[in-house]
Amino acid sequence: MHIFEGFLPSPWWQLWFVFSIPVILYGMYKLNKLVSARRDVIPLLAVAGAFIFVLSSLKLPSVTGSSSHPTGTGMAAILFGPGITAVLGVIVLLYQAIFLAHGGITTLGANSASMAIIGPAVAYAFYKAASKAGINFYLNVFLATAIADWVTYVVTSVQLAVAFPAAEGGILASFTAFATIFAATQVPLAIMEGALTALIMKYVVQIKSDVLIDLNVLSTSAVAKLKEAME
Amino acid sequence: MKLEYFVAIIVILFAAQFFYGAAANPDSEFGGADGAAGDYVAENFGYEPFVPWFQKYLFEPPGGETESLLFALQAAFGAIVIGYTFGYYKGKGQGN
Repeated sequence: MHIFEGFLPSPWWQLWFVFSIPVILYGMYKLNKLVSARRDVIPLLAVAGAFIFVLSSLKLPSVTGSSSHPTGTGMAAILFGPGITAVLGVIVLLYQAIFLAHGGITTLGANSASMAIIGPAVAYAFYKAASKAGINFYLNVFLATAIADWVTYVVTSVQLAVAFPAAEGGILASFTAFATIFAATQVPLAIMEGALTALIMKYVVQIKSDVLIDLNVLSTSAVAKLKEAME
Repeated sequence: MKLEYFVAIIVILFAAQFFYGAAANPDSEFGGADGAAGDYVAENFGYEPFVPWFQKYLFEPPGGETESLLFALQAAFGAIVIGYTFGYYKGKGQGN
């Protein structure tokens, strides 16, 4: 999903900054508020950030004969919501843009929009809705995370398609071309990522379920039920 | 343990899809999809990526080896934080 430096012409890279910066500022405000109100969530916050670090550094091979990386943002989105996830995601993207020349500074706005903002926001909305509908917690985490991953790459495809509409078929034809490059690679990766995130969330339930209740991720009765199933 | 079995099956399936992919695309080097999208733009639209003015002040890994070092560091830092925190909570839980 990284659009490399210089690959988005004006005015697209500027527009994506206009979209991303307010969300990131809002996320910083939310993060500040959460951290000052509840010191005890900081370790879990660090884990969610670290999870993005690990997963987005793993370039996994796919059946299509190309490689790509998971985004790792599902866990943070479910735990802390899309605002705070945006901040965590941008930290990773900045690291990769500055030290790895992976991604870019001018494309940081666009890359933030796809990986750190829109993907996690959709995952969060899905998680909340499915939670209300009463589906199994781990299945919910699995699906929400896989969706965060897929949506991220769909957004990247849209970003490239609107900047480079095909001479024949326009934006839609371009979108199909980019989505084929990305999404096809991403299908097995998203499933893998969803499974890993479900597993790590199980361990969070095991060791720190009180925080999940405080953060409104799970209800008290849901935690009791999950813990009962573990024994 | 049910979830662990499920994840183990997914990991095995993931490995299987890779081996299938490697057999189906014998000439493929499994390059990055990010780069493939960039190549697509360059080929189909004749687009040359522009070089921003600050590019020359930025660090760029001199080669694949340094890049893989930095990616490994990124993963290692993350893994340390996750392992430390989980171990801390687990130990604390047992202490009580």
